Amino acid sequence: MLAKLSPFFGRHYVSTGRMIGSTPVADAINRKLEAYFQPIHVEVLNESYMHNVPKGSETHFKVLVVSQKFEKLPLIQCHRLVNEVLSEELKNGVHALSIVAKTPDKWDTTFMTEKSPACRGGFGK
Amino acid sequence: MFKVARSIYQSVSHKSVLFYSTENSAVQGKLKELVNKNKVVVFMKGVPEQPMCGFSNAVCQILRMHGAPYEAHNVLEDESIRQGIKEYSDWPTIPQIYIGGEFVGGCDIMIQMHQSGDLIEELEKVGIKSKLVEEEGDTNKEKETK
Repeated sequence: MLAKLSPFFGRHYVSTGRMIGSTPVADAINRKLEAYFQPIHVEVLNESYMHNVPKGSETHFKVLVVSQKFEKLPLIQCHRLVNEVLSEELKNGVHALSIVAKTPDKWDTTFMTEKSPACRGGFGK
Repeated sequence: MFKVARSIYQSVSHKSVLFYSTENSAVQGKLKELVNKNKVVVFMKGVPEQPMCGFSNAVCQILRMHGAPYEAHNVLEDESIRQGIKEYSDWPTIPQIYIGGEFVGGCDIMIQMHQSGDLIEELEKVGIKSKLVEEEGDTNKEKETK
């Protein structure tokens, strides 16, 4: 179920197929990204439904973070920073993390995150 | 009796730790060799002819578009490689792309580098001319002759 909380800044989408509130991993990811990056915009998308995992899983995520903290950093460093902030989740169940990291000057409200590539079966993990 | 049991346990667990760290160093050493063996090296799920993951497939497609030859390693065949490469690059996910022995990133970074043109530059640094540059050149020539 897609929960669109606000059309303006600070909106985030949490799509898990469950009721809002029973998404502990997505909630933790959102909380940590907000706390560390103080972003002007963040999106946390649960893409587990696109993969060969049980319904309701929280194993595959895409995150969009728009923050000043990425200023002057090479792309790989931006991604490493996000990996570091979410290291606990990555060690404990999050299997794939797609990252879109932008500085405020490179982002506008019309930007739409693209869907990640379709699953090709994987190995159940 | 307890002291004897404890000393046996300690010597065995100490040896287990030593064994693990010796084996781990061997894997890290092997990975260092692999990433430097070819200009472009990809650690992926599945093989280029049949990737087992959408992200790995995307990387293969991009490299194919550029006509860049690369060596692929299927992490699903070897758990020590699958975990070892994450430790080697300090990067938690697969696929992983190495150009000129340097870790470049995963699927997201490859897509962005491809879109921005940075990938063409990175490939050129290791002596690989992207097919896309040649095609652009041909298109420009056609326009000039017309």
